[in-house]
Amino acid sequence: MSLSRRDFLRMGFLAVCGTVIPLGSLEILKPEAMASLVHPYSKRKRWAYVVDTTKCVGCGMCVKACKLENEIPFNADVQRTWVERYVQLNSGEVIIDSPRGARYGYTSNDPQGRAVEQDEIAKGFFVPKLCNHCEKPSCVQVCPVGATYATPDGVVLVDRKWCIGCGYCITNCPYFARFFHPVVNTADKCTFCYHRITKGLNPACVQACPFGVRKFGKLNDPDSEVFKIINTERVAVLKPEFGNEPHVFYIGLDHIVR
Amino acid sequence: MSEPIEGHLVHGAIWTIKELYTYPNEYLYWTVHIVIYPFLTGLVAGAFVLSSLYHVFGKNELRPVSKFALVFSLALLIMAPTPLLFHLTKPWRALNTMLTPHFYSAISAFIFVYLTYMSIVVAEVWFVFRPFIVQQAREKTGYLGLLYKVLTLGSYDVSERALALDHKISKILAAVGIPAAALLHGYVGFIFGSVKTVPLWKTPLMPFIFLMSAVISGLAICIATYIAVMTFKKTYICLTTVRSMGKTLTLFLIIAFLLESLDIVFHAYTAEEFWAILSEIIFHRFSVNILVLQWGLGMIVPLVLLLIPNAGLIRSFVASCLVVFGVFMMRWDVVIGGQSMSRSLAGFMKFKMPILPTSIDAFREGLIVVIFLLVMPFVLLYVFNKVLPVFRDIFTEEECEIHTKEISRKEAHT
Repeated sequence: MSLSRRDFLRMGFLAVCGTVIPLGSLEILKPEAMASLVHPYSKRKRWAYVVDTTKCVGCGMCVKACKLENEIPFNADVQRTWVERYVQLNSGEVIIDSPRGARYGYTSNDPQGRAVEQDEIAKGFFVPKLCNHCEKPSCVQVCPVGATYATPDGVVLVDRKWCIGCGYCITNCPYFARFFHPVVNTADKCTFCYHRITKGLNPACVQACPFGVRKFGKLNDPDSEVFKIINTERVAVLKPEFGNEPHVFYIGLDHIVR
Repeated sequence: MSEPIEGHLVHGAIWTIKELYTYPNEYLYWTVHIVIYPFLTGLVAGAFVLSSLYHVFGKNELRPVSKFALVFSLALLIMAPTPLLFHLTKPWRALNTMLTPHFYSAISAFIFVYLTYMSIVVAEVWFVFRPFIVQQAREKTGYLGLLYKVLTLGSYDVSERALALDHKISKILAAVGIPAAALLHGYVGFIFGSVKTVPLWKTPLMPFIFLMSAVISGLAICIATYIAVMTFKKTYICLTTVRSMGKTLTLFLIIAFLLESLDIVFHAYTAEEFWAILSEIIFHRFSVNILVLQWGLGMIVPLVLLLIPNAGLIRSFVASCLVVFGVFMMRWDVVIGGQSMSRSLAGFMKFKMPILPTSIDAFREGLIVVIFLLVMPFVLLYVFNKVLPVFRDIFTEEECEIHTKEISRKEAHT
């Protein structure tokens, strides 16, 4: 069989254009391509949390309340919530610490056990941390047995009776909000005090905070203070680059915060 | 400054030493068992590939090691998931992974991949050794006779036709086994590669890096064990067989080295946020481990030893032992090194392996269990060798000469 040069060029051109142009137009006209890819928060009516770091004094009442409320052995060095201290010196050096998760509070100028004079400090602040109850939680994604799951109202929980203790969820949490419970030996984490919030109460840490640093409420609920803040103020989340879409929003976050 | 850790209440606290800023809940949760687990699965994959080289690719000079490599891969395969049982805080719930597998999780399919591969290996062992089993079932009496009778599974047909069919099936199994072995180990690499929070692990190259290191470790441990066993049995070793294995090892060693260095070069060049702490790990804290032991002693030295022509038994043995050691160090550096940079990117953790079993945790993740896990495959090989003729199918000096000539003829031809 032979093919003339003219036929080869004509049919070849038609066939290639005939497939590429219609299929290519699908890409150009794809509606998602036109839409914004920035989602400020979940579209669901779900629980969310706001931390106003500008108000935090590092008293550690929240950590203490959480430990007692949720029966995490007080002396064990794991916690569902903790407070970090950031100290930036005039020299540009940054010192970060969170001794005992700050359950005894910060009472002296000794970040990382170093004596730091007041006039050496350029800026210093506290950042409370807890599970971010992500919209796309990587811990839930990686649990091999489905023992950790997200509730319809956006809270990530662990089934202590089913967890095998592989630690894959702990390894996959960008925030290290997870740990092994020292008594039951399964993965454990902040539940937003699910036993309280489902009864209309606030989480223990929110209840314990004397300065109104921690706020809790529903997203997409016009009456919720949390929703108003997230929707109208400049807030940030921790480590958005992991794609987990965390739902703890921070006011006054600094770029040195880890 | 290392943060003092109060009591030993917390899982991970006894073997973790924290430095600078690490998150309060941050400990080394994946430790030595997560080192041994990919190490053993890697050995399985490599040993199986070696046995398949004879069965599938017609490398006839490897006949003396093919049965041994196959049985050894079975011994290693049996032990491969045991480190995980020591690792789980709730090991008796391990079967939950089969009851409610959550397939979005990269590790949930492990048991299924493992069982698939296990059935391929067990079936191949059975087909390869069937004539021997039938013969023993007919000759032996007592408990041993009963064992062989059970092992025949009621099939006593050893006619020429049946054996030809056996041969065909074992060839198919060996061929299917190669992608299965690659899947098993590439999958282990994926488990690490998909952990987005650990910068040293998160690379799409991970499955291939793991696969190549698996092949070299498996080939190397077979070469080393074969030479050692045959020497102790005072049996003639055909150098051509050893050199052929060494040649394959060299090839894969080069690929493994290229992949591993590509990974590091890529991290260095893109120099993302974590590179500052990652380079501190590679060039300071783990520099002896990674640069000297893993790459120098585990890859470059054996590569030189193998590339110098006319490798003898001692040289092949030494090179192979170094490769096995290097791959173990690689697993160690990946697992422990990867986690020892804090997720805060502002601190470090050191792993201090518990030596004495002072508590249940210290026993489970301690030295005694590690030694047990690393010795057991050899114990199993010893037991299997009592039942099956693992090392009996060897070349006489004349056969060895024939194969040597055949290879040199082929080489001259190409």
